Formats: sequence, C-alpha cells, structure tokens
Amino acid sequence: MFGYIVRRTLYMIPTLVAVSFVSFLMLLLYERYTGTYVDQFRFNPTVSEETVERLEQSLGLDLPWYERYFRWMLGIFVTTDAIDPVTGERWQVWSLQPVSLPFTSLQIPLPVWKPYFGESFQYQRSVTELLAQYLPYTILMTIPVFLFIWIVAIPIGIYSATHQYSAGDHALTFLGFLGLSIPNFFLALIVIYVLAGPLDVGQYCWDRADVGRYCLGVGGIFYEKYIGLGGIWPWQWNWGKFLDYLWHLWPVVLVLGTSSLAGLIRIMRGQLLDILGSNYVQTARAKGLAERIVIWKHAVRNAINPMISIFGQSLQFLISGALVTAIVLNIPTVELLYYQSLLNKDEYLILTILTFFAVVLLVGNLIADILLALVDPRIRYD
Amino acid sequence: MIERFRNRRVAARSVRTPTAEEPRARRGRPASGLPRDPEEGTELRYEEPLSQTQLIWRRFRRHRLGMLGTGVVLFLFLLAAFADFIGPYGSGAVHRRFSYAPPTPIRFVHEGKFVGPFVYGIVRTRDPVTFETIYTEDRTKIYPIKFFVRGDSYKLLGLFETNIHLFGTGEPPDSPGQVFLFGTDIWGRDLFTRTLIGGRISLLIGPASVLIALLIGSFVGGISGYFGRWVDMFLQRVLEVLQSFPTLPLLLALSAILPPNLPNVWRVIGIILIFGGIGWTGLARVLRGQFLALREVEFTLAARALGASPLRIIFKHLLPNTMSYLIVSATLAIPGLIIAEATLSFLGLGIKEPLTSWGELLSDAQDWAALSTYPWLMIPGIFIVVAVLAFNFMGDALRDAVDPHSRG
Repeated sequence: MFGYIVRRTLYMIPTLVAVSFVSFLMLLLYERYTGTYVDQFRFNPTVSEETVERLEQSLGLDLPWYERYFRWMLGIFVTTDAIDPVTGERWQVWSLQPVSLPFTSLQIPLPVWKPYFGESFQYQRSVTELLAQYLPYTILMTIPVFLFIWIVAIPIGIYSATHQYSAGDHALTFLGFLGLSIPNFFLALIVIYVLAGPLDVGQYCWDRADVGRYCLGVGGIFYEKYIGLGGIWPWQWNWGKFLDYLWHLWPVVLVLGTSSLAGLIRIMRGQLLDILGSNYVQTARAKGLAERIVIWKHAVRNAINPMISIFGQSLQFLISGALVTAIVLNIPTVELLYYQSLLNKDEYLILTILTFFAVVLLVGNLIADILLALVDPRIRYD
Repeated sequence: MIERFRNRRVAARSVRTPTAEEPRARRGRPASGLPRDPEEGTELRYEEPLSQTQLIWRRFRRHRLGMLGTGVVLFLFLLAAFADFIGPYGSGAVHRRFSYAPPTPIRFVHEGKFVGPFVYGIVRTRDPVTFETIYTEDRTKIYPIKFFVRGDSYKLLGLFETNIHLFGTGEPPDSPGQVFLFGTDIWGRDLFTRTLIGGRISLLIGPASVLIALLIGSFVGGISGYFGRWVDMFLQRVLEVLQSFPTLPLLLALSAILPPNLPNVWRVIGIILIFGGIGWTGLARVLRGQFLALREVEFTLAARALGASPLRIIFKHLLPNTMSYLIVSATLAIPGLIIAEATLSFLGLGIKEPLTSWGELLSDAQDWAALSTYPWLMIPGIFIVVAVLAFNFMGDALRDAVDPHSRG
C-alpha cells in the first residue's frame, strides 16, 4: 500500500509538468491572439514607450518563451532571483527555519519550501502571497459544501432506492433532475433575488455599510465588521464570527451543493438498485435475514464502493461550480482570483492556478483510490 | 420477455414458409398456412421480425418523460428556427423610450367589454422622490394585437426576405402601444424576441460540439484501442493530462484566447471547437476499452485476414458495434454543454454582443441592482432549465431504449 502511494505520487510529477506546460502553451496562444498585459499600455498616450519597455523587461515578457517557462519551473523547485517583499532580500525557495515542535517549546531548524510562482502583474505581488491570501476562503467555502453533499446524498440515495417508485422517490428524482438542470449561476441569481428581493430578509451585505439591520448572508463570506477580526481559520474565531460565517455559508451551500447533490443522489440510487436486484441479496432475503441487515450490511456496503471512486470527479464539479458561485456571490476565493486574472491577462497567476487545480484533482483521485483500497478488500495493488 | 421470445420463434419458422402466392402478411394479421400453436389453441400470427432500430423506437416510445422531453426539444428548435417570425420585433430593434420596460400585460377586456387581445399604451414617468423610471399603463387608448402584422424586416430561415411577424401591434417604435412579452433590456430591445433568437446559438452549440467531440473521441479512442501498445500508451498519457484540468476553468482559459475582434460566425465556430476539443476525452476512454475487447473478436480477425486496412476495420467493423453507446452518450452530453455555454457567456467570455444566447442575455442580470429592479431579465434562464431538463429526459429514455436488457 505504502509503495503504491509513493509510486502514484511520483507518477503525478510528469503529469503535472505536462499540465503546466500545456497551460503555458495556452498562455502563449493567449498572448499571440489577444496581446500581453503590457500591450494595453502601448496605445496609451500617457504612458511613454520607454516605460512600456521597462515594464516589459521587469515582468520578463521580453525573454524567449522557453526561458520564461524554465525560469518559472526553476523558481518553484530550485531558486529565483526575485526579491522577497516581506524580508526585502532575495527570495529563498529553500531555507532553514526554526520550527517549533508541537506540545513543546523546542525549536529545531527544518528546511522550509517556499516556492516562487512568479509575480502577478496586476497586483504587483508574488503569486505565492496571493494564493496564500485567497486559498483559505476557498477552503472555508468548499469543505463544508463537500461534507454537506456527501452526508446528505448517501442517506437520501438509500431512501430513494429502498422506496423505489414511492411518492417520496418520485419527488426526489424530480428534484434531482431539476437540480442537475439549473445552472449554478442561475440558481445563485434566483437565491439572491428571492432572498434579498421579494422576501426582503435584509440588505445585500457588501453593497452597503452597516445600516443597523442584520444583513442577509448573501455575498462575501464575512460581514464587514468581522473580516479583520481574529484570524482566517476557525480556531482563531470568536463566537460572533463563527455565527456570521454560518450565516454567509448557507446560500453558498445551497447554490454550490444543489447540482452535485442531485448527481450524487442519482448515482447512489442507481448503484443500490443494481445491487438490490442481484442474486446474493435475494439469497440473503431467502435466508430470512432482517431487511435492515440485508440493506445495510449486504447492499449498501457494496454500493458505497463505486461512490468512493467518483469522489475525485466530484472535486472537479466543485471547482467548476465554485468558480461561478464565487463570482456571483462575490467571495474572494482562488476561483475568483483565477477569473480576474484571466480578464487582466495576469499570466503567471493563470498558469499557477491552473496547475494548482490540476494538483487538487490529481490528489483527489489519489485519495479516492486509497480510500477505495481501504474500504474494498477485493482491490489489490502490487 | 416471453412474448417477445415467442414472436422470434414464430418469425424464424415462418422464414421458410412464405410462398409466392402468399402476400407477406403484416403484423397481427392472421396468416392461413401456418400451424396452430398447441399451447394457446389459436392460430399463430406471422409477425415481421422487428429490426433493432424498431425495437429501440418501440421501447423509446413507451418512456413518457422521454417522449415529453423530445417534444419539448423539437418545440424549442422550432421556436429558434422561426424566432424572427414569432418574435414581434427585430433582434436588434431598439426602443429608446422603453429602456427596462417591464413585461406588457396582455388584456382582453376594455371598460367591461371583451375586445380580444390588446395592450394599453406604456407611459413612462419618474418617481418624484427617487427619480426612478416607472412605467404605467394609459388606460384610455387600446392597441389591439394583430396577427401576421408587418414590422421589422428579416430573412425567414435565412432564405426569404419578409417583414411579417406572427403577432404585434404594428405600431412604430416610438408609439406607446408596444407588446413586450418578457419586457425589455437597457436599450429597449424586446427580451422575448431576443430569447427566441438566443435559443439558436444555445441550442446549436450543444449538438454541434458533441458532433466534434464524437469525431475526435471515436478517432482517438479507436486508434488507441485498436493499435494498443505504444500508441495507446502515448494517447492515454495525453488523455490523462487533459483530464487533469477542471473543465470550466479550462474552457474559460481557452475562450479567453479567442481574439476580441473575431467575426461573429468565427466566434461561434471557435467556441464549438473549444467545447468539442475538450469534451472528447471521456468518450475516447470508454471507446478504447470497448475496442480493446472488440479487436479480439472473430469478425475483426476475419477482416484483418482479408487484408482490410486498420482504418477500414475501425470505422466499418468496430465503430458500428459501439454506435448505440455513442448515440446515448452524445445525447447525455448535450445538457452539460448547454449549461457550459450559458455559464461561459454569462461570465462574458463566450458569446458576446451583437450575437446573443441565453447565457449572454442573463449576463445583463449579473449586476445585483439590475437584478432586483428588473427581475424579468432572468426569464432566459427558465429556457435554459427547460432545455436542459428536456435533453436530460430524452437522453435517459434513449439510454433505457438502447439497453438490450431493458424490457420493452
């Protein structure tokens, strides 16, 4: 098992190199057909030609493409000549940093990896910093949705399959179809409209300053007052911030979770129905086993396995869904950053985030395979 | 099941029996020269053996939701094809005086008398406090809705130049008597007409890109599965890299490459190519598996022994065997593509003005203020949902119908 994980992880490396290279090729096409970030200043009369050239040089856009790609790769794994904005010195990709051991006051020097992904043209900051700033929001937004859909989908799928063709099953199937058919962004529009419009639950948060009413949890992920309060991670929050988080979370869960939820319910129902129709379930029933045991020990146990293998795919849907949801609900996630960087031709940001998404998907697939191996004793890896 | 089996048995026997003077009996008609069935004691009926296509069609017809979905899809295609005729205005017709006019109510009763369908004139006023534009009805004058009325000229189906619209008031664009079924946008363009016209691109992109994906997918999957070894190795690695990208971000990145000054037709073609160019991976993977199994089957060996070229074997012998799978997965891929197109256009990276699609129309509603004040801008979204639902039902029914294990 351990050998398998190591092999798979090593195997990911060439795939990721290929992914980043394909992304880079796309960027070159993008430059070729729509111009670079610097090109927008070229026809601007208030910007002199020298400035444009200086900008081009400082951003490294005048280098040949292979050198740009090579430097980008080098910056991630080996070294870079960029300046660290925090320390003001050269960016150290590898450095020895004192790391405190947990539960002790001991500090030992450990090599710390701080990859340099290039600089964002638009924000004039390193991509690493930007990612570090936006990533927590993605995690705060995605993980609860992920948990929610899996915790809710499996019981509903089981209910739907065991009560096939009942009124409840029909209703759930219909809702499932509807959930699959509503585009994420349209659902987001409806949620915003219905809750903040006719129902008039409150104000649209980020739109107005504190007006004395408790505002509706649509838009953003924190109320203004809480954004700077405490840290970004839940264990650094106070009670008020946590409640505020929940209040902003539920529209996200509603919008982002619906389509994935509907898909998962349908798959779970189908799997369980397949298994309920198989011979060994009939045998189990013929033996006189209690229906509870037949379903939970014989059927569900086997229907879960294919669900785990689609775990990786559901990450894929979550990323795509989160992209739209974050834009409509204005949540500062990595997906929103990606969208903005596409509009701003912020090349290293695009390159890094696309590669980052690929890492997430590949790791998700790996985790799914490992889980499957743990759950299903029939699977062997050699 | 049993019934079908019996039919087949009878059909097989009857192949020997027909004589020259006996006309080929149609289904269900008793034919004389046949022996009696000992079990039922009735005369055996000669039944034309059903072809695979007929069997599929019979099973498909029984799927009520599937038939409904197919009907809705056909209806939407008709609406899109005759959009200029059904819509009362030209797709770009601007009504300067009716920016963001709400949907016009269609009335039948004027001052207690039934006068047939008509609209009241739209009056534009301003709220004295908020300076908001308010549209009210002028209840003194009626504008009857006429059928086959003359209006903006267009080319019906791109062929005949005409200016007859299905309905409308026939008033000039400045007149207060306008019929905006779904309201108007910021330029005062009729949303109803634009929704119908937008359906053209929304409905075109799905099937067209599925076709491209099918072509690439069957080609790559076929070659990969047929040749195996290093060709397969190489193509599988390519697939793996492509599948490591999340779909929507990749679509966004690729459509951002399309130059902003691209001519309209090329933008649509470009988007179709992008969708097709990404969508083939899953298809190729499954096809490869099927081909790996099929290439060991006797008929492939026979074809190879006869000296058929690999491409001939792939396209003539192997691909037809996977046809039902291909058709079903193509149908089931369309809804996702419609949603993807709508999402892309909604984010401003797909279809752009002056072209229009359902997603592009919805991008006007992206602004929160516009959404709360002009909720009718969301109507095109209902069309997306209906179209996607219909395609889903159709695909589901098709999947059940081509499955040889399902009952029918």
